[in-house]
Amino acid sequence: MRVGFWYRFEIAARGLTPLILTLMLALLTVVPLRIPDFAPVTPALTVIAIYYWGIYRPDLTPIVAIFAIGMFQDMVAGTPLGLTSLVLITVHAVAASQRRFFHGKTFLVEWWGFMLVAPVAALVSWILASLYFGTLVAPRPLGFQLLLTITLYPALAWLFARVQQHLLRPA
Amino acid sequence: MAQFEGSSVRRLALPVKGWVQRFAFGLLIAAAVGLMILGKVESRFVETLRVTVTDVAAPVLEVLSHPAATMASMVEKFRELVHLRGENTRLREENLRLRQWHAVAQKLQQENAAYKSLLNFVDDPRPAFITARVIGDAGGAYVRTLLLNAGTGDGVRVGQAVTNADGLVGRVVEAGNRSARILLLTDLNSRVPVVIESTRVPAILAGDNSDHPRLSYLPRNASVFPGQRVVTSGHGGMLPPGLPVGEVIEVVDGVIRVRPFVDWHSLEYMRVLDFTLPGVLPSTSLAGPAGPLP
Repeated sequence: MRVGFWYRFEIAARGLTPLILTLMLALLTVVPLRIPDFAPVTPALTVIAIYYWGIYRPDLTPIVAIFAIGMFQDMVAGTPLGLTSLVLITVHAVAASQRRFFHGKTFLVEWWGFMLVAPVAALVSWILASLYFGTLVAPRPLGFQLLLTITLYPALAWLFARVQQHLLRPA
Repeated sequence: MAQFEGSSVRRLALPVKGWVQRFAFGLLIAAAVGLMILGKVESRFVETLRVTVTDVAAPVLEVLSHPAATMASMVEKFRELVHLRGENTRLREENLRLRQWHAVAQKLQQENAAYKSLLNFVDDPRPAFITARVIGDAGGAYVRTLLLNAGTGDGVRVGQAVTNADGLVGRVVEAGNRSARILLLTDLNSRVPVVIESTRVPAILAGDNSDHPRLSYLPRNASVFPGQRVVTSGHGGMLPPGLPVGEVIEVVDGVIRVRPFVDWHSLEYMRVLDFTLPGVLPSTSLAGPAGPLP
């Protein structure tokens, strides 16, 4: 009986890793790194995580939890509440709906998909932020942020793949 | 959903659950938009929520910010080492110049004190301050804010000015129990009453998310040119007057840009100034804590 409980507990705990990782990345985007001019262009780490897990394990990243992580990030980062939630669930929905297409494809295809999804996510967030603030927000930092995010994708995807291999069992 | 024992509840709940799952995406999109509108319309409620969550996250952020700061200071030290010689010469020259200024300042201070005593001049109250560490800088392209590891429990109140050794950094916009958010001068929503130091021309320093905020609402025909220092005016009674803010760097087509004195990427410790004009307004109505609604 006890073994059964701990076994199930372990499975559940392992299943939570994608969400916990995403939450940690949300926190990490706020940590002051004190690199010159870095704060406005901090890469959207959570977008990377949501895209990756949306393709590989959407069963472990329920949309409500993603919504909550987005809200958390908005609250800690000071961005309009709901903005990141909206972006993240959109990215998740797109990635999860196209997952069949990505399965069995090379990493480059996955990255290319991200290069299509990330700019759309950035554009949506820019339009919403501009509406929210009632003025056209300077788009340039967002452009740099996008470039950094896309550049960082392989590194984080590699990390997630290791986690997926060692901690998660196949769906 | 094992709690639902009653079959009638289950009969009602199951279709609802299926329906919710099917339309979860649409519902959550609507919820996100709803939250954004709520934040705009009922900002007090959203602020309270934000402050509460940030307070919970603050200890974690504080822990995380330490290694980040150590890394940053190591990189900084290495850079300093490379520029040691040049820096030394520059400092020697500056020291020489400052010594002269020191002599001038001492003489002026005595003169000033003498004049003030002749006129029975009432000095501005000296602000007390709270020193706090930066534990978060909001990543993102939309807002320029910082999180501090001090809150209402340490005496931080909404509206207080935040400075470092270089000059004004911003002001407190949200204060939780042990964390506070500062709106930087450069943020889209930042408006600070200032004056040009030499000519006493009043203006409002308005941020637009760029590194160089704009001066606006100047009197007609006011002449402003690059190089002039900009300091807080103290109008409105929220900020102490005379805090160094920045320097006019360009005047192009009536758009005046100011370069703040603050070095945005070496922000680690901040001073939150506890400044209220005595006897003008009760301090509670000036800067109340962003607590729950009464």
